[in-house]
Amino acid sequence: MDQLWLLVLAMGAVTYLPRLLPMVLLSNLKLPPFWNAFFQFIPFAALGALIFPGLLSSTGNPGSAIAGGLVAIILALFRLNIMVVVLGGILGVFLWQAL
Amino acid sequence: MDLETMATNSRESAAQLPGTSLTFTDGLKAGIPIAVGYIPIAIAFGLLAKSAGIPNYISLLMSLAIFAGASQFVGVNLIALGANPWEIIMTTFILNLRHFLMTAAISQRIEPGTSKKWMALLAFGITDETFSVASLRREQKFSPKFVFGLNLIAFSAWNAGTWIGVFLARGIPESLKTSMGIALYAMFIGLLVPSLKKSRPVFIIALLAVAVNSLLHWAPVFNNLSTGWGIIISTVFASFIGAIIFPKGVAS
Repeated sequence: MDQLWLLVLAMGAVTYLPRLLPMVLLSNLKLPPFWNAFFQFIPFAALGALIFPGLLSSTGNPGSAIAGGLVAIILALFRLNIMVVVLGGILGVFLWQAL
Repeated sequence: MDLETMATNSRESAAQLPGTSLTFTDGLKAGIPIAVGYIPIAIAFGLLAKSAGIPNYISLLMSLAIFAGASQFVGVNLIALGANPWEIIMTTFILNLRHFLMTAAISQRIEPGTSKKWMALLAFGITDETFSVASLRREQKFSPKFVFGLNLIAFSAWNAGTWIGVFLARGIPESLKTSMGIALYAMFIGLLVPSLKKSRPVFIIALLAVAVNSLLHWAPVFNNLSTGWGIIISTVFASFIGAIIFPKGVAS
């Protein structure tokens, strides 16, 4: 396609729109308690859905992905700094592949 | 009172102030793990785009104008396959529609009175990762500067990684690249797991989202459902059930 840049800008626009609308429309709005609770749960539900099953295909090999994920879970259970959890996860995958 | 308790106390009282003391620099610092996770993925994106025959300036423009990992990868694939432009735009839209939920949730946490211009700027930088890091902070309200710092370091890392991928990344060993693929998932785990220990409602609802998403992923009936829709449906469903069973929210 000749006008690839136009397509990219259109992709940018449809990505920005769902980010933009709630930010400008819902700020300064007092939500009823039900929706307040609903939005409180969103981050945790989204994290759960983002982690699994996407994790399994993150390294090209479910075995190494599970190894890295387990290392990350164990480190996170000890409430270690997030960087330690990230590096531990990477190391877990690396070692699994090396062994 | 020992020093540690004093420090904890002052942190807690700061957290309860209506406006927060979180600065731009706090935002940059909070975003470091995101940057570490983004750089290798953005390098991989740059490499993939290059090997798919996408012109360099298009790959760089994608990271500047779209700033959303999954849809950039999918976009490059679809462009390389010669897919219909409307199909590409529609797929991008659906993949990123989950950000609608995230910005809706985060809009409630930014200091009241923040101007619409600020909100529009901050909205551009909300990704799965910046959203997760911000919303799991203990502070109830954020200054716009904090979110801006968080978004800026993530955006810079994403674009720097894309440049490296497009222009430099030839000699990175394959095993290192694939190991780095876990980075953002490990970060999500590092954010979520401590909250699971703290709150039973959070534990139940996060698990429910995992269960629903797995069902959507593996049940043959839902074969045609994209990953983007899977995440949206399981997030909304689990949070909705959460608000019904635990009307007082995460602290129930």
